[in-house]
Amino acid sequence: MEKPLTGNFRADKEAVSLAEYERAGGYQGLRAALLMAPADVTELVKRSNLRGRGGAGFPTGMKWSFVPMGEDAPHPKYLVANADEMEPGTFKDRALMERDPHQLIEGMIVSAYAIDADIGYIFLRGEYERSYERLARAIAEAEARNYLGHNILGSGYSLILHLHMSAGRYICGEETALLNALEGKRAHPRTKPPFPQVSGLWGKPTIVQNVETLCNVHHIVNKGPEWFHGLSKTEDGGTKIYGVSGKVKRPGLWELPMGTPMREILEDHAGGMREGLRFRGVLPGGASTDFLVEEHLDTPMDYGNVQKAGSRLGTGTMVVLDDQTCPVGMVWNLEHFFAQESCGWCTPCWSGLAWTEKILFAMEQGKGSIHDLETLSFQTKFLAPGNTFCAFAPGAVEPLQSALKYFADDFRRHIDEQRCPWRQ
Amino acid sequence: MATIFIDNAPRQANPKQNLLHACLSLGYDLPYFCWHPALGSVGACRQCAVKQFRDERDTAGKLVMACMTPAGEGTRISITDVEAAAFRAAVIQGLMQNHPHDCPVCDEGGECHLQDMTVMTGHRSRAYSFGKRTFRNQYLGPLVNHEMNRCIQCQRCVRFYRNYAGGHDLNAFRLRDNVYYGRHEDGILESEFSGNLVEICPTGVFTDATLKRHYTRKWDLQMAPSICVHCGLGCNTTAGERYGALRRVVNRYNHEVNGYFLCDRGRFGYEFVESSLRIRHPLFNGKAAIKREALERFGSILSEGNAIGIGSPRASLEANFALRTLVGSDRFFAGVLDEDLQLLSPMLRILREGPARSASLDDVEHSDAVFVLGEDVINIAPVMALRLRQSVRQAPMRIAAGLHIPEWLDDAVREAVQDAKGPFFIASPYATKLDDIATTTHRAAPDDLARLGFAVAHAIDDTAPKVTGLSPEWDTMIAAISAALLGAQRPLIVSGASCRSRSVIEAAAQIAWALRKAGRPANLSFTTPECNSFGLSLMEPRALSEAFQSIQNEPTSTLIVLENDLFRRAPASEMTAQLRGVQHLVVLDHLVNATTEAAELVLPAGTFAESDGTLVNSEGRAQRFFQALDHSADVQESWRWLREGSVAAGLNNEAQWQSLDDLITAMAAEIPAFRAIPAVAPSRSAVGKIAREPNRYSGRTAMFANISVHEPKPVDDPDSALAFSMESGPEAAPSSLIPFFWAPGWNSIQAVNKFQGEVGGPLRSGDPGVRLIEPSQESGWQYFTAIPPQFKAQPGEWLLVPIFHIFGSEELSRHAQGIAQLLPRPYVALNPVEASLLGAKAGEQIKVVVEGALFELEVALRADLPRGVAGLPTGLPPLDGVMLPAFCKLAPTGAELSARGAS
Repeated sequence: MEKPLTGNFRADKEAVSLAEYERAGGYQGLRAALLMAPADVTELVKRSNLRGRGGAGFPTGMKWSFVPMGEDAPHPKYLVANADEMEPGTFKDRALMERDPHQLIEGMIVSAYAIDADIGYIFLRGEYERSYERLARAIAEAEARNYLGHNILGSGYSLILHLHMSAGRYICGEETALLNALEGKRAHPRTKPPFPQVSGLWGKPTIVQNVETLCNVHHIVNKGPEWFHGLSKTEDGGTKIYGVSGKVKRPGLWELPMGTPMREILEDHAGGMREGLRFRGVLPGGASTDFLVEEHLDTPMDYGNVQKAGSRLGTGTMVVLDDQTCPVGMVWNLEHFFAQESCGWCTPCWSGLAWTEKILFAMEQGKGSIHDLETLSFQTKFLAPGNTFCAFAPGAVEPLQSALKYFADDFRRHIDEQRCPWRQ
Repeated sequence: MATIFIDNAPRQANPKQNLLHACLSLGYDLPYFCWHPALGSVGACRQCAVKQFRDERDTAGKLVMACMTPAGEGTRISITDVEAAAFRAAVIQGLMQNHPHDCPVCDEGGECHLQDMTVMTGHRSRAYSFGKRTFRNQYLGPLVNHEMNRCIQCQRCVRFYRNYAGGHDLNAFRLRDNVYYGRHEDGILESEFSGNLVEICPTGVFTDATLKRHYTRKWDLQMAPSICVHCGLGCNTTAGERYGALRRVVNRYNHEVNGYFLCDRGRFGYEFVESSLRIRHPLFNGKAAIKREALERFGSILSEGNAIGIGSPRASLEANFALRTLVGSDRFFAGVLDEDLQLLSPMLRILREGPARSASLDDVEHSDAVFVLGEDVINIAPVMALRLRQSVRQAPMRIAAGLHIPEWLDDAVREAVQDAKGPFFIASPYATKLDDIATTTHRAAPDDLARLGFAVAHAIDDTAPKVTGLSPEWDTMIAAISAALLGAQRPLIVSGASCRSRSVIEAAAQIAWALRKAGRPANLSFTTPECNSFGLSLMEPRALSEAFQSIQNEPTSTLIVLENDLFRRAPASEMTAQLRGVQHLVVLDHLVNATTEAAELVLPAGTFAESDGTLVNSEGRAQRFFQALDHSADVQESWRWLREGSVAAGLNNEAQWQSLDDLITAMAAEIPAFRAIPAVAPSRSAVGKIAREPNRYSGRTAMFANISVHEPKPVDDPDSALAFSMESGPEAAPSSLIPFFWAPGWNSIQAVNKFQGEVGGPLRSGDPGVRLIEPSQESGWQYFTAIPPQFKAQPGEWLLVPIFHIFGSEELSRHAQGIAQLLPRPYVALNPVEASLLGAKAGEQIKVVVEGALFELEVALRADLPRGVAGLPTGLPPLDGVMLPAFCKLAPTGAELSARGAS
């Protein structure tokens, strides 16, 4: 099975060096792209059906096609790698950056070339210090080889790449809040439209892509969209880095064909539940996706099928809930995180999450009331998509709304017994 | 207009606006917080949600935020939709989650937008049972009070303070339901417009700290439409009274003038009315008298004959006209120095005889290229500076339009536009707080500023006289300025009397005229030093020097000084000498000053809050202010004192000028420039009674019960349709007589929505005021030819230019309790290079000899001052009698330097 994204990873977990990267065919995608017209690169990516790996799954090539091109296009244009991986339970981009930093850089240069961007940014999560060190070194190496900088490999195309470490807020992963943060402003999301493709960083056309998405681009250029389709088990092209955390035998990351069934990932790769524990549910794509349960285990993990099952593929990194862990406590933990990370811009989000968090905490403390269930359910509807300014709050209540559905009895027990049944 | 459907009813809406704007303009009650007509939409609070339908077959619809959705043709929405109403109720429930239940002790209570919107939305009982987040409040200075626990995170304060007003020291900190709006640390807010936070904040986070000292609920205030007297712009205000004292001033919307905002001098300057310097009783040789005695005395002085009068640029037209009538137009003199009259008269002539129109403040805001010549606008005419700050957004709106971003979508526009600004040039003697928006700035002495102006005019139209001897770097700048002005659709030239240079004024006019000749609709905007400078000048008074001449010629003469401290206009020694020849000095004024101290008879005049009258602002707009207070028995309008004095002297009979309307009619008949004055506001008989007191005014029968248990009859107001009562006629007040903005369900100042034809547009019955000055339609005007020579610094001498301070340079506001804490200390400003030549360091004392007077002043270093130029804070005691600009000598305190300047 081909593993274009992780195939070069070293067993000792050190970063792939530039020499190793080049030996394995690195920067060939860039060389190939530079011989093509930018629009043709975009066309290849469109045909590959590459979709965003950050959570929303928007078709990448289509996004690029909105960027104004040609003589009259505003400049500078920007390409931003969204490396602010702060979704609880998600650590796939970290692996890509720490272990094969040149892969991201090459992907970025090719993507930047496709949209004729002048400046690139990697917006890196504040805690990812090892990624910072390895990326910084790789960028310097790439500049020394003229993969970056002025007149790249004599092509006439130039790109400056900056590595920027976030001051650390979850909302900075929202692409427009990220742009505000890069501009030195308060990190609250921006109004859309206008979309960043036309008015993004400093008001100029900007593409923001997740790290994993960008890592695929030069492979597509190098090997073609048909190859990319062939990697996948479903209509969504390529491989996907799936991850599992929670009380399974072997938590970790695996690059597998897109559409690998959930059960195969959990049982064959993660080794199933630890001894004595029973599977109760899973957040399939990070903390801001709906719980799926036993009946959904055979769902192929791709955008369409996970959605049909009632959740979202998200980042494709699963968080597993077992029967020895209190679901209310788990949801409280998540909502505590989300309430804390609300940027404070729109009322439903800052007020609703704060209230939700307090109710869940009270329940865990044995102070829940029967009305709280109504309030929780009300909040999940109040914070629905469209009601809030951005997608943060609707995502934040996804684990809650599905927990209320699948673990209703557990909530009731907290109230009836005025205690958390999982606590001694 | 577009047809939109609101709950299935077809309505007409402006398609360039959003649905919230449309709904409010059509009179619907749709709650909102983060949106403001002057600030646009950001979609943060989610309070204005409505249901939008694709077409008439769509019954499901979806929730949209009205403020974020264009009112495009065929848009179908429902306000009453159950789901939309439930969502709005949920939003207000969320907003109220942390809000304290402290309305009874909150200064905002009774005029709180949050209260209004909560009631409108129907949120009654609180389901939230957990603790509320709390904050530590900050000390923000003597003008604005901070109470963060009430905050609902609507973002308006920082959006106004930073984005709109250009302030830096207020921001949003922290996140979640814990956002903190304040400064980085306790301290006085730096913005000249900080007081607007009081009105911008929809609840009681930012409240009026001056009102707090003598607090009264809005519903208990007796209010009247007023005009700000603290600069020449004539911003419209509402003055509120309780228990015989002026309690506060708030903004009174006038689309053409001040719009939604006031400056802090205008909002908080009112406290001078209650200052300890107020003259409450007539004074005869320094001793208090009662009104009857004062009138007898005044009458007998007047019957001696030989009276001359000095008018005032800060008194109403009516007061000046009454004095002019009493003494005769040939014995009526300007209350300003000849030098100043020689600035005001040319400005008026330029605006009336030249082709360029004087700009309203709304015009100023919509100018797309601006050249400021010689003015420190933010300290002289602050609200104009606020409007100018918006003008640089005009040209870059093209960027937003190119991206199909509507102008009201504020954050998106600002992201797209970024730092792009329209052409804006400032040439002034020293750096100003508008420099941050300027394309380029240039500093020079007044004569050089004039030369720059004339050179720009020549570059626009080469038939305008050429300026010779310009340096090459000037040429580049001149080319840039002239090209930008020529390239604009609505260019504006701002200048005024602040440099006290006629050449600067003429140069500014020259540019505007050259632009007009080139076919550009250029506007001119002059600042005027005082609230009725233009009004006084339009009366064509004789020069002040001639008054003193007349006193020397007629040693027995009587001098009547109207609302004017002559000692602010000339050095004390000079003025004392001039007044020595006066037999009887009669002064009408409201605050003790050097002139009242010198008077034989002082008649206590009503301030703007205790009298009615008309002021002509720097646009040339005549506007009327009305009494908010029923003044005490011994205080009355200056014009009434003068009328009653003339009756007492037997010069006139009782029948003359029974009321303000009689006086206005007489003035309109007598002075052609004032023919339109009666139209400024309806006469008393033209409209029904208008209550100054809201219909919830409390304590009417009890408030004076400690004095008498008999409820007094409401005082009659002979001068206007406004009544000192709660009783109104049935019809709506005409805009010039709106005593306060209130509508059912709208108790806050945002009730103004209900008084505008379109929200943010003109008031429904027209914006108050009548323009008395219009440009000439004839083409007979000529270019000015008197171009001053280049300024040359003289060794051992410095040209002292006036440096203006929003707090301190103006006479009356200085005595307001809050503002008094913000006055600068007197200083002399020097360029550091020249200071080091003198061996002077910042903060050290230095001797300054100017116009025969010696001062020891602290040195302040200002690198922005041109060589050979030094600055003095103008209007600040003890420097207020110093005529600037003037040459001075400087020496260290130890050095020998006499008042004559010889060392």
